[in-house]
Amino acid sequence: MEAIQQKVVQDKIDQLSDKEVYVHLETTNGAYASHFDESAYNVGAFIRNAKVKYQHGKIVSTGGSYRVGLKLDLGWVYAEGVTDFEIDEKNRLLMAGHDREGRLMVALEISETPFSYEADPDE
Amino acid sequence: MSKEKVVVIFPHPDDESFGASGTISKFRDEGVPVTYLCGTLGEMGRNMGNPVFANRETLSTFRKKELEEAANQLDIEVEMLGYQDKTLEFEPRDLVAKHLKERLEALEATIVITHYPGYAVHPDHDALGAAVVDAVRQMDESRRPEVWMHAISNHSKQDLGEPEIIYDVRPYWKRKLAAIKAHLSQADGMMNLIENHEQTSEQLERLKTERFYRYTFS
Repeated sequence: MEAIQQKVVQDKIDQLSDKEVYVHLETTNGAYASHFDESAYNVGAFIRNAKVKYQHGKIVSTGGSYRVGLKLDLGWVYAEGVTDFEIDEKNRLLMAGHDREGRLMVALEISETPFSYEADPDE
Repeated sequence: MSKEKVVVIFPHPDDESFGASGTISKFRDEGVPVTYLCGTLGEMGRNMGNPVFANRETLSTFRKKELEEAANQLDIEVEMLGYQDKTLEFEPRDLVAKHLKERLEALEATIVITHYPGYAVHPDHDALGAAVVDAVRQMDESRRPEVWMHAISNHSKQDLGEPEIIYDVRPYWKRKLAAIKAHLSQADGMMNLIENHEQTSEQLERLKTERFYRYTFS
């Protein structure tokens, strides 16, 4: 992954709009948050392979990180805090935000093909 | 030759290295075969390397390779059980137990090392540990392996008392560290956690001793 280039990401979001796509959306503070700090508690959510079609989407800079919103016919897909992106060899748009230790805090990924459980062995 | 056969059952690539690699090394040095049944690929982990080199879609590939490397360091066999990270507690426990029972019988396990259900912090740890206990309970008494359970939670000693099995694994420390470091995408984050936390020395010291509670089937 590399630092988000807003225009590149926006172009990709535009290109994936108005067609059936698969979304992976996730946020987490880790399974050990309350183990290492008893006053903290664990928070996490993910949805993998939500099949959606969005009318349009936008990436907005907050100075340092980005928010992304995808407008659905009946709702929204929303992520805050993404900083890095990659358009991978399967032409998927992967976005994520990490903490200072490189741990993932939020991810939003959009693909025209379903996400798999395990990467292809030849990758 | 002893006729022991050790089967380690944890849900994630790296659980074996952090939790039991000293004990595993001890058994390997005694010529005891060890197989690691690894529940998932750890594909939902949040550590992506530091600096980051993996992403959500490539993490499983890295972790599989890291586990192979750790298995080389520890000289053990690995079998993947094929479950999905973070979801073990939502699978029907009787099906997981049935699956594990088949593997334990096929491998002729005499000792099983797993997590202590309810005291293992991560929901996958608790769920797989519970399924292991169920699996062994369902086995014919004459074929039942011993179940050694690794507790992690801060209040485990308070609730459970001293574990029956305590190994000082400092003689195997080099191998244990090498196994942990093989999990490149994960080790750095965990090491940082250990180093940056107030309990620094306590955390590190903990890794030098491996403790297990023996399950009693009544």
